[in-house]
Amino acid sequence: MARLVKLQNEIERIKEKYFTRNRFAEENRQRENEAAIKIQSWFRGWQVRAYLSHLHWKATIIQKIWRGFRARARFRQTVKAVYFIMKMNFYHKMSVRIQRRWRGYYVRKYVHNYYARRRYMEGLIRKNEEIRRDLVDFSEFQRREREQIAMDREEQKKTVQAQRMHFLLSTKQCPGVFNSPFKPEPDEMELRLRRTKPQPPTASPRERDSRLGNRIPSTHSSASIARAHGAQPLPPIPIKKPQGPFREAAEVWAQRHRSLEPSLRVQTSITDLEEAQDQLRLEEWRNRTVDTLFQPFSKAHQNRRYERMIHTSSSFQPVPYGNKHFREERPDNLLGKKPLQRASSRLCNTHLRTAYTLPRTHQHIMEMPMWPAWSASHSTKT
Amino acid sequence: MSQRQVLQVFEQYQKARTQFVQTVAELATRPQNIETLQNAGVMSLLRPLLLDIVPTIQQTSALALGRLANYNDDLAEAVVKGDILPQLVYSLAEQNRFYKKAAAFVLRAVAKHSPTLAQAVVDCGGLDALVISLEEFDPGVKEAAAWALGYIARHNGHLSQAVVDAGAVPLLVLCIQEPEVALKRIAASALSDIAKHSPELAQTVVDAGAIAHLSQMILNPDAKLKRQVFSALSQISKHSVDLAEMVVEAEIFPSILVCLRDPDEYVRKNVTTLMREITKHTPELSQLVVNTGGVAAVIDYLGECQGGVRLPGIMMLGYVAAHSENLAMAVIVSKGVPQLAICLSEESEDHIKAATVWAFGQIGRHTPEHARAVAAAHVLPKLLALYMDPDSSEDLQIKAKKALKSILQKCTHLPALEPLLYEAPSNILKHVVYQFSKVLPHDSKARRLFVTSGGLKKVQEIKADVGSALQEYINSINNCYPEEIVRYYSPGYSETLLERIDKYQPKNNRAN
Repeated sequence: MARLVKLQNEIERIKEKYFTRNRFAEENRQRENEAAIKIQSWFRGWQVRAYLSHLHWKATIIQKIWRGFRARARFRQTVKAVYFIMKMNFYHKMSVRIQRRWRGYYVRKYVHNYYARRRYMEGLIRKNEEIRRDLVDFSEFQRREREQIAMDREEQKKTVQAQRMHFLLSTKQCPGVFNSPFKPEPDEMELRLRRTKPQPPTASPRERDSRLGNRIPSTHSSASIARAHGAQPLPPIPIKKPQGPFREAAEVWAQRHRSLEPSLRVQTSITDLEEAQDQLRLEEWRNRTVDTLFQPFSKAHQNRRYERMIHTSSSFQPVPYGNKHFREERPDNLLGKKPLQRASSRLCNTHLRTAYTLPRTHQHIMEMPMWPAWSASHSTKT
Repeated sequence: MSQRQVLQVFEQYQKARTQFVQTVAELATRPQNIETLQNAGVMSLLRPLLLDIVPTIQQTSALALGRLANYNDDLAEAVVKGDILPQLVYSLAEQNRFYKKAAAFVLRAVAKHSPTLAQAVVDCGGLDALVISLEEFDPGVKEAAAWALGYIARHNGHLSQAVVDAGAVPLLVLCIQEPEVALKRIAASALSDIAKHSPELAQTVVDAGAIAHLSQMILNPDAKLKRQVFSALSQISKHSVDLAEMVVEAEIFPSILVCLRDPDEYVRKNVTTLMREITKHTPELSQLVVNTGGVAAVIDYLGECQGGVRLPGIMMLGYVAAHSENLAMAVIVSKGVPQLAICLSEESEDHIKAATVWAFGQIGRHTPEHARAVAAAHVLPKLLALYMDPDSSEDLQIKAKKALKSILQKCTHLPALEPLLYEAPSNILKHVVYQFSKVLPHDSKARRLFVTSGGLKKVQEIKADVGSALQEYINSINNCYPEEIVRYYSPGYSETLLERIDKYQPKNNRAN
């Protein structure tokens, strides 16, 4: 009960307290409401913010990973591209080097070859020198030719003049015009006159033609018209020849006074052969100084001299035994006819002598001076 | 009267006529008689004698008429007006060879004076008759006919075409092959006159096979024939490249060079003309000529001859050098530049000087080497003098200026450029200074020489408009030198120094 009494005592206080509490609460309600609202709003905000930041963080992680992935991919690509470009630059530089060398070589060899040009210029200089020399030589040669021709023409003219003025030659009695006695030497013309033969006088063509009965046109302009540039005048019309097979007088005269020109066959005398042989023999006898005869075989010096048979030779001459006739003869069989003359006997009949005897008179050429021993046996000629 | 007395009258008359005609023909050979003869009315007297029955009188009167017409063109006109030409043309076909020669002589004498007279000859059918007489056997007749045709064709292309249309060209080519030298000469000259007017005519002549025969006669000993042959070949080759190539294919080189030493002056001139016409077309033809040593031969020729005959040689060198720098170097190497310099100093005629100046321009314009070779012959001051000389003709001045400009643009040989600094007018000076400004920045020795020779001083004295190209060049030259030197050489430097003296206050100034 005490508690109740206490509580009843307290009721008023409690009521008052309650009432004041309510009043305070009521008074502070606004404030406290606002404060509560503030707290709540802050908390809510914080919650959301925390959630948002959580979300942000997660989103950042995702983005970070994704971006890193993409960037690495791009980086790889870029690296590849840069590498490629680096390589290409290198290749370009190297190819420029190659092209440079090639172009330099090509231009120097084919487009403007300094050494070829220099060689060409040197060759051209040599060629020019050559041409200059050739031209100088040629013009010299031509000049000499022309001088020669001019000189020849002069000579020709002077010779013709000398021929026509041959009467001006000086004689023994009277010196000519060109051979002045007061000068030490005769003039050149005088010498020329002496050298040349006189020209036989020719009748003028006019007279000759009129003699032959042709009247030439007496106008001189026809000569100027009728003659073409540089052409000769027409030849005169020939005279009538006498009828008959007569030769020209000049021909006959020439034939008559022709000198004898015998042919070689006619020129040689008929005994020419014998004379020649004699001459040859005389020469042989005259010139032969060596007495040993020529032995044609090389071992001739070793050959023993042919030894005659004792039967047929003596100290001076062979004995006429057994070398004349070796054939059997039967005169009975001939029945009174003459025996046949044999060639061997004819041979034996020739008059043989040694080569060392005096020269013979005209004799048969078939003598054999080679075998002196055989000749001695036939001293008599029949 | 007896028959003989009657005939005697006729004989006397004939003798009188013959004598008259012969005397007139003889008198007509001397020019002083011709006036008298004309006043005496010889034309009207000779005309009926052309129809005389006696052939000698006909021939002689034709000859006399020809000589008269040959003398001057009034008489030739009188011949035309007197209706003599148709009669002559008719008798060209009929009569004997002496008359034909005389008639052709008259036609030639008439046609040579002027184109109208030649046209008159053509109009009365002279061409056909002349062409028919070209087929005669007698060489004298052929010669007279060819001569007449040549004179007709000489005047203009229209008449040449008429001659060609009459069929003369093949016959003329046949005439060239004849053994008589005089006929060859005249036929060659006629072909030359035909071919000179136009390329078509030249082509017609070539188609008839003339070139082969002409080239065979190059080494003939007769000088006048050679003149005509070379003239014909040059007229053919001057028109086009193909014709020039055809002439060259006839293997005239190098035998042509031998004729450059011929004693006859006109042969040499015609040879150089031919070479000029050949080389002017293409570089290949020039190269051919150079390779056979033609340039050296022409340069020697220039050294030996005098006067107007040098012109074709000089032009040939110019043409050769113009094609390419190789050929220009070939001309230099063959010692062409000193020879041309001699020509320039020796010759007095303006057109030859103009040609020489042009040739120098062609040689020197290619590279600095060429310009140096030209400048080394001390040619540039001469060119400048010709340009500045008031007596030179306009053509010469223009050519000198062009040559000078083209050489200067390549010349880097400074000692040769220095004389030009002093005398040149401003338009040339610009180029000179430009060359200096190109060379001096790179060559220290040249800079030193430039200063010591007084060139820098001169450059400072040049007055140029600010902003002009000349001023730029002068600036670039001045930039090559330190400032003190430039100031030292600038004009009026001594005055500025003296002014400084006036302004200078000595340091120890004891004022009184």
